[in-house]
Amino acid sequence: MSVVLEIAVAALLVVGAGFALVGSWGLAKLGDFYKRLHGPSKATTLGVGCVLVASGLWFAWQGKPSWHELLITLFLFLTAPVSAHLLVKAALKLDPGSKPRLPGRDAS
Amino acid sequence: MTDLPPILAAVLPWVLAAFALALVLNAWRLLRGPGLPDRVLALDTLYVNSLALLVVLGLWLADKSYFEVALLIGLLGFVGTVVLGKFIVRGDIVE
Repeated sequence: MSVVLEIAVAALLVVGAGFALVGSWGLAKLGDFYKRLHGPSKATTLGVGCVLVASGLWFAWQGKPSWHELLITLFLFLTAPVSAHLLVKAALKLDPGSKPRLPGRDAS
Repeated sequence: MTDLPPILAAVLPWVLAAFALALVLNAWRLLRGPGLPDRVLALDTLYVNSLALLVVLGLWLADKSYFEVALLIGLLGFVGTVVLGKFIVRGDIVE
């Protein structure tokens, strides 16, 4: 049981770090603000969530559970979409011409 | 370090390195970002990644006081992002 949990925690850590790195790489590499927003808002949030779950599992297994990881995870997953939405609204306000056309309307 | 099992002791330095590299990429976008929203987004990602870095460090050193710091960074970072976004949209944060 202990070995299974250790492997699970290590796998969650590695997967989380990979997702966070991919998200940040996307932020640095992609060409447009609206494309760049995808990396941090989805991949990085998932990666950090994985790391927090791993830490929570590990400390619960050690017999000293804490609510902090759960609270941070909940808060992060609640706030990431809100801040992404705000940033898109800010970018559209700064440059209204960058708004893409609606799909399915060839005329106009 | 504390009595971590070997698999975690082997994995943790690489996890820390991955988050450090992510922080470097975010800082690059923060310095270079063509527009104001790019810089705010880079700051947002920077605080999320540093929060995860602190959590990994707390796991490595078996010290739970890092999680208090991570919780504070999470709360204040979100407030900062919201305020900066509002500032871009309205040009004023005092109603």
